[in-house]
Amino acid sequence: MSNSVHVYDARADHATVTAESPLAYSYQRSGMPAPGEASGEESCAVIGERAFLGHLILRGGAIVLDEALREVLGIGLPGRPNSLNVDAEGQRSVQWLSPDEWLLIVPGDETFGLETRLRAQLGGAHVAIVDVSAGQTLIELTGEAAHEVLMKSTVYDVDPHAFTVGKGVTTLFAKTSVILRRPDESRWELIVRRSFADYVYRWLLDAGEEYGIGVARESRHESQ
Amino acid sequence: MFHIYCPYCEELREEEEFHPKGQAHIARPEEPDACNDEEWGDYLFFRDNPRGIHHEMWLHAVGCRKFFNITRNTVSYEILETYKMGEQPTITAEHLAREEKTAREEKTDSAQVAEGGQQTVGASDAAVASIKGAQA
Repeated sequence: MSNSVHVYDARADHATVTAESPLAYSYQRSGMPAPGEASGEESCAVIGERAFLGHLILRGGAIVLDEALREVLGIGLPGRPNSLNVDAEGQRSVQWLSPDEWLLIVPGDETFGLETRLRAQLGGAHVAIVDVSAGQTLIELTGEAAHEVLMKSTVYDVDPHAFTVGKGVTTLFAKTSVILRRPDESRWELIVRRSFADYVYRWLLDAGEEYGIGVARESRHESQ
Repeated sequence: MFHIYCPYCEELREEEEFHPKGQAHIARPEEPDACNDEEWGDYLFFRDNPRGIHHEMWLHAVGCRKFFNITRNTVSYEILETYKMGEQPTITAEHLAREEKTAREEKTDSAQVAEGGQQTVGASDAAVASIKGAQA
C-alpha cells in the first residue's frame, strides 16, 4: 500500500527558489520591534518565529501509530487528550489533536526522512501522513507577561496553574484559531495557519504593546 | 455563554468553539429507493421542534473537529448531557416523564399520610378532585 503513495521531498536541496517564512512579509510591512524598544523598559513578552520546521499530521489508530513512532523516533504518542510529548532534546514533539489525529513537529531537514521511515514501518496499515509544513508556522511566546498577552487573546484558560506544562489545545485566538501549547515552564508555542500568520503577528504586537513586546531576531534565521 | 463538555477532549470548553448541527439520531432509510416521496421528504427536510428535551448534534469546530451529541432542554437551555457519536442518550423525554410521575406519586402518598384535612399543595390533580368531591 505504501508503494502506491507518492511521497516527495518538499525541501529538496536542488530547489532554486528561496524559501520564505509565512511572516516574511509581515516583518517588512509591520516591522520587527526589538524587545523593550517602544517602552524603553525591559520587555516582559518576546515573540519569535521558528520557521521551516517539519509539520506532519498523523491520522489513524493510536496503537499502530504509537508503535511505529516509538520505533522510528523514540517518542510515543500522547495517550491523553490535549497533551503533548516532547523528546529529551526538546527538538521533536507529538501533540494530540483529536482522537485519531496527532501533530508531529521535527527539525525541517528531518521531515522527509522521517516520513519515509514512518511509512516503511507502518507498511500497509490504515493510516494517513500529511506533510503540512508549508501550511503553518510556529511562533514562540516567552517572558513573564506571556500568559497575560494570551489572556487578552484567547477564550481558553491560560492561567499557568491551569494550563500546565505538557498541555496543548486547539482553540480560538482573537478571530482565528491556533494550536496553543506549553512545552516547558518558560515557553508558549502558537501554531498558526500560513494565511492567518500576518494577522496573529500583528495582533500579538498590538496586544503585547503594554508589556513592551518585541521580536527575537535570532530564531527566525533558520535558513533552508 | 455555555461551557460545553466535549466528550472527546474530555474537558469543558467555551461555546464559541462549537457549532450546532441540528437534530441527532436521524436514521437514513434502509432502502431509499423503496421510500415514497413523503417518507423521503420527512427524512431529508422535516425536523422535530420539541418543547423540552431535545437531542442535537454539535461540532467541536475549533478544537478536535469531532461531532458529538448534546441533550438539551429547549425551555431552560440547560445542557443535560453530552455523549459521543454512536452512543445512546441516558436522559430522554420519556425517562424524565417517568421520573416526574414517580416523584409525584411519592409526594401524593406522603401528603395523604401527613395530613388528613384539605391538602392541595403537593397533591395530584386527582387527589384534589377527590377531596373536593368529598366536601361537596
